[in-house]
Amino acid sequence: MVGKKGGSKGMGVAEDAEEELARTPLQAIILADSFTTKFRPITLERPKVLLPLVNAPMIDYTLAWLESAGVEEVFVFCCAHSKQVMDYLDKSNWFGQPNFSVTTIESHNAISAGDALRLIYEQHVIRGDFILVSGDTVSNMSLSQALKEHKERRRKDSNAVMTMVIKQSKASPVTRQSRLGTEELFMVIDPETKQLLYYEDRGDNLKGYLSLDKALLTYNTSISLQNDKQDCYIDICSPEVLSLFTDNFDYQHLRRDFVKGLLVDDIMGYKIYSHEIHSSYAARIDNYRSYHTISKDIIQRWTYPLVPDVQFFGNSATKLERQGMYRAPEIKQSSSSKIGPFTVIGSGTSIGNNTEISNSVVGEGCSIGSNVTIESCYIWHNVTIEDGCKLKHSIVCDGVTMKSGAALEPGVVLSFKVVIGRNFLVPAYSKVSLHQQPIKQDSDEELEYADNSSGITESPSVSGTLDLLNEEERTELPDSQEYEVGDGGVGFIWLVSEAGQEEEWRHSVAPIPVDKLVEIMQISNDETDLPNEDGAFLPPSGELGPDSITNDSNEDAEDIRDDSVIFEREVEATFQRAVEEDVTDDHVILEVNSLRLSYNMASADCAGALFYSVMKLALDAPHDSPNELYKNVVSTVRKWKKLLKYYLSSIDEEIEVILKFEEMCLESAREYSPLFVQILHHLYDQDIIQEEAILDWASEKEGAEESDKIFVKQSEKFIQWLKEASEEEDED
Amino acid sequence: MDFQVVVLAGGFCKSLVPLVSKDVPKALLPVANRPVLSYVLEHFEENNLKDFIVVVEGENAALLVGGWISNAYVDRLHVEVAAVPEDVGTAGALRAIDHHLTAKDILVVSGDLISDIPPGAVAAAHRRHDAAVTAMLCSTPISGPSESGSSGGKDKAKKPARHNIIGLDPTKQFLLHVAAGAEVEKDIRVQKSILRAVGQMEIRADLMDAHMYAFKRTVLQEVLNKKETFLSLRRDVLPYLVRSQLRSELSQNGAVAEENGNSKGVSDSTIMLSQLLTNASTQSFHELYALGSDGSALSPRKTHKCCVHIASKSNYCVRLNSIQAFNDINRDVIGDASHLSGYSFSPQNNIIHPTAELGSKTTVGPHCMLGEGSQMGDKCSVKKSVIGRHCRIGSNVKVVNSVIMDHVTIADGCSIQGSVVCSNVQLQERVVLRDCQVGAGYVVSSGSEHKGESLAKKEKQ
Repeated sequence: MVGKKGGSKGMGVAEDAEEELARTPLQAIILADSFTTKFRPITLERPKVLLPLVNAPMIDYTLAWLESAGVEEVFVFCCAHSKQVMDYLDKSNWFGQPNFSVTTIESHNAISAGDALRLIYEQHVIRGDFILVSGDTVSNMSLSQALKEHKERRRKDSNAVMTMVIKQSKASPVTRQSRLGTEELFMVIDPETKQLLYYEDRGDNLKGYLSLDKALLTYNTSISLQNDKQDCYIDICSPEVLSLFTDNFDYQHLRRDFVKGLLVDDIMGYKIYSHEIHSSYAARIDNYRSYHTISKDIIQRWTYPLVPDVQFFGNSATKLERQGMYRAPEIKQSSSSKIGPFTVIGSGTSIGNNTEISNSVVGEGCSIGSNVTIESCYIWHNVTIEDGCKLKHSIVCDGVTMKSGAALEPGVVLSFKVVIGRNFLVPAYSKVSLHQQPIKQDSDEELEYADNSSGITESPSVSGTLDLLNEEERTELPDSQEYEVGDGGVGFIWLVSEAGQEEEWRHSVAPIPVDKLVEIMQISNDETDLPNEDGAFLPPSGELGPDSITNDSNEDAEDIRDDSVIFEREVEATFQRAVEEDVTDDHVILEVNSLRLSYNMASADCAGALFYSVMKLALDAPHDSPNELYKNVVSTVRKWKKLLKYYLSSIDEEIEVILKFEEMCLESAREYSPLFVQILHHLYDQDIIQEEAILDWASEKEGAEESDKIFVKQSEKFIQWLKEASEEEDED
Repeated sequence: MDFQVVVLAGGFCKSLVPLVSKDVPKALLPVANRPVLSYVLEHFEENNLKDFIVVVEGENAALLVGGWISNAYVDRLHVEVAAVPEDVGTAGALRAIDHHLTAKDILVVSGDLISDIPPGAVAAAHRRHDAAVTAMLCSTPISGPSESGSSGGKDKAKKPARHNIIGLDPTKQFLLHVAAGAEVEKDIRVQKSILRAVGQMEIRADLMDAHMYAFKRTVLQEVLNKKETFLSLRRDVLPYLVRSQLRSELSQNGAVAEENGNSKGVSDSTIMLSQLLTNASTQSFHELYALGSDGSALSPRKTHKCCVHIASKSNYCVRLNSIQAFNDINRDVIGDASHLSGYSFSPQNNIIHPTAELGSKTTVGPHCMLGEGSQMGDKCSVKKSVIGRHCRIGSNVKVVNSVIMDHVTIADGCSIQGSVVCSNVQLQERVVLRDCQVGAGYVVSSGSEHKGESLAKKEKQ
C-alpha cells in the first residue's frame, strides 16, 4: 500500500506527513567544532575532531557509528580549521560510500552551535528527523529504538521536538564531576513518559539545595529527580529544532540555551524527551579527562566494534594480545622492553632497550629510546622520545621531540612539534605549544562565549596583566630567550589564569591527586556541616509551620515576594539615607512619592511606612530604659514631624499609622509595647494624630479578637479621656 | 514485639465543630456506632499490640476517653490514658509523656486513623533498616469514593492542597524529602547532598502521610529535648530527621552514643549479614555515604535512616480530620470498606440490630446500619446511612447518605441528606436537611429547611 501511494500527493495531509517521515532518508548533523577552547593549545593547529583517539581521528568514530546505525546522509558542519576537516574527509574514503553520503557545510563566522544550526536551516537540507551530534562522539548505540520512540511521540504530539540520549553514570560525590570530567548533572524526568522536565548541568555549588518549580507536580503525581545520569550529547531532533534556533536568534548553546529555553517556555509547549541507554556505549570527548577516559574505554573494548583491532575505518588494524595489549604488525621492539597492559602501539614505531610502557597509546612512526618510562600517556604520531625520558599521564602530540632525560609531570600537554630540552622537567599541568598564548580571542579559531564553563578560559580581564607582561617579554626577546622548555627546547609554556589553575586538575588527563581529593572532601564536609549551625539553611518548604516560633527567616523569604514589604523596605532605606545624609524633607517626599508610584501604593501606605521608619530610627538610637526610648521617640518625632504630617492628610492615613504602630509593638519592635499609650498620647499632643483617628481605631477594633485588642485595652483610659473631652466640646 | 504504641487521640478538634462537643471529644466520635478510637485500638490488638498510651488533649476529654476505654477494654488491653494541655502539638504531647516511654521503639499513631494496614509492616520496615524513623504513607484517593451527590456540599476543596510532597529513593524504602504540599510556596527545594548520595530521587505528590510513625525511642527523645521549639511531629520532627539524615546530629550526646554504639559496633559486621538476609544486593546509600566514596573516609560520617512503608492501593487508610472525612468514613465503613466495621452484614448488605423496630413499608437499603433499640415509623426510607442507638424516627422520613447518632428524635416527614445529626437532637416535623451538621442537643423547628449549614447550640466555653 505504501508503495502504491508513494508518489501521489493527493491524499490526507496527516497520512502524507507520515509517509514523508518514512521516505526521508535518515539524516545526521555532525558539528565538527565544539565551539570551546578546552583542547587548546592543540586545537590552535588542528581541529578537535581530527585529533587521534587511540590512533584514529575522532570524527572517524562518529562517522563509523552513524553509518552502522543506519544514517544515510550526514552533514558535517566545519568551522574552525574547516579546510583541514574538509581535506581530511576528501582524502578519506567517507565520500563515495554506498548509502552513506557525507556533505560538508563550511562556515567561517559561526561561533556557537546555535549559529551552526541557523546556518544549516538556511540551507534547507534537513527534511525530516535528524540526529544531532558533535564530531567527537564515540558510541555504538543502536538508534533504531530511540528513533522509533521519537517518531511515535511525534505522531501523537507534534510538540515533542527532541529526544536526548542519556546514560547511567554517577558523578563522584567528592569532586562532583562525572568520570568524563563534566559537571554533575541534575535532571527531572517524568518516570512514565520520560519527558525531560528540568535540566541543570551547571548547578550553583554554593547552594545546598535544588529548587524545583512546584508546577512540575501539578500535572504529574510523580517525578524522578536524577543525579546519576550523563548526557551523551546525542540528540534526535525534529526539523522544528532548526527553526527554533532561527526564531530564537540568541540561542547559542544546545543545552544551556536551547534545552533550558524550551523547558522554561510554557507558551509554545515544546517538549523534550529522554532515552536512556543501558548496555551500549555513548560518550563525548569534552575535555582532556574525557579524552583519557574514553581512550581507556576503547582499549577495554566497551565501544566494540569501534576498537583498535577492528578496522572500522581509516585506522590500521592492530592485533589484540593478552591483557589488552594491541600491537600493530610492523613495530620494532627491543626484547628487553616491556609493554604493560592496556597499551596500544601503532605501526612503524620502534622501542628501545629497557623501556617500559603501560596503560598508554603510542601512535605510528614514533621512535622511543632506551630506558624510557611511559605511564598512562597518549603519544601521537611521529614522536621522538630520546633515552631516559620519563612520561606520566600526559598527552604528546605529533612531531614532538623529547630530548634525553626530559620528564613530564602528570597532566602535561605537549602540542605539535614542541621540543623539550635535555633533562628538562615540565611541571605538572603545563601546556606547551609552538604558538604563543594569545592574549586576545582569535576570531576564527575556536571561540567561546562569555558563559563558557571551562576552567581554562583565558579571560583577559583576570589574567590579562600577567599575560601581558610575559607577552611583552617574549616579543622583546624573541630568540634570545630560548623559549622556556630547556636546553635546545622549542615551545612556550602556556600560562593558565589564576582561576584556571585551581580547576586544571579537574579536566586534566592525570588522575586527581590524592591531596586534592582530601582537600575537597574536607571542604564538602565543612559545607554540609555549615547548615548545622545555621538552622535557617533550607528555609524549608513549609517545614516550619506558619505559627511556629522559629520561622523568622522563612517568613522573610516569603515576604520578599510581597510588594508592600519591598516598598516598606525601600521607604525605610530612603529615610535612613535622609537621616544619614541630612536630606531635606522635600527631597524625601519626592523620593517616597516616586516609590509610591512605582509600587502602586496608596498614600496611607506611605504614611505607614514612613512612620515605621521614624520609629525604627528612634528604636535604633541607643537607649537603656523604656524612659530613654520614649525620649528618643519624642526627639525623633519632633525632627521628622513635618515629614510625617505631609502624608497624614486624612483620618484614614492616621488610622493606618496607629495600626502600623500596633503591628510594630506586636512584632518587629516589642520594646514599644509598654510605651504604646504614652507614645500615642505624644502623637496626639503633637497633632500628628487626631482624636478622631484614635476613636475610629478603637471602635474598629471593637469587633476584633481578644488578642488583637491588647493595645485598645491599654489605651482605654486615654480613649475614655478623649471621648469625654470631645463630648465636653460638643456640649460647648 | 518490643514496641510501645502511643495513640495521639487529640482533644476537641476545632475543625470538627459541631460534631464534637464538651461531651464528645474527637476520639469518641462514632463511626458506624463505635468510637473512632476503637478502630485504632482494635486494629492494633488484632496485630498483637496490646500496650497503649493514649494521649488526650485536655483533662476533661481525657476523663471521658479514659472512662470509655476502661469500660470497653478493661480486661483486654493495657491502656494508659495521659492528659496533656491543649495546643501543645503532637511533638509537645510526646514531650509531655516522655517518662512513659521505655521500649526500644515507639509507634506513634493518630487516634483518628481508620486503616487496615498492618502496623507490623511499618514496624518491620523500621526494624529491617534500624531506622531512626519510619513513616507510613498511603496513596491519596484521587477522587475519593464520592460518586454520590452528598460530597459536593460541604467539601471545603481542601483536598488537592493536602497532598504531601514526598521524595523517595529508587527502592522506595527510604524517605529523602518531605514537605506538605499546601505549605510549599512555589519551589520544591531538594537537598543536593542527599540527592548526590542516592543518585535518583522520586518525588511524588500522590502520597499522604498517614500519621503512623515508628521512632527509635532514643532518637525521638533526643530530638524532642534538644529542639524545644518543635511542635508537630509531621511538620517539625519528621522533616528535621529527614533533612539531617546524612549529617546526623544525633548521637553526639551520651544518651544516644550508647544506642549508636550498639548499632555501629555491631552493625559493621551485622549490616552485611542482615543485608544478605534481607536480600538487598547493595548497601543502602547511607552506609556508602558514611564510608565515603572509596570506602576510606577519614572519619565515618554520621547518618541515620528515615524509612517509609508505602501501603498498597487496596488498603484503606483515611483520617477523620474533617467533617467531610467523617461522612466519607462512615459511609465507607458500612460500605466499601465494610471489613473494618467488625460487624457481620445481613444478606441485604446492611446491619439492623435485632432490637430495632421498623414500621410497615419502611425500607433500609444496603450499606446501612440501624443501631440497637431504634424505632422507625412507616414508609421510611434509609439509604447509605448510619443510624445510632435508641433513635425514634417517625413516618415518611427519608435518610440518605447521612449519619444519625444516638438518641435522636426525628418527627414525621423529615428528609435528611448528606448530613450529620448528633446525639439528642430533635428534628421536628417536615424538617429538610441537606449537607448540614446538627450539633448535639439542638432542636430543629418544624418545617424549616437547611442547606449546607452548621447548626449548633450557642455554647460559650
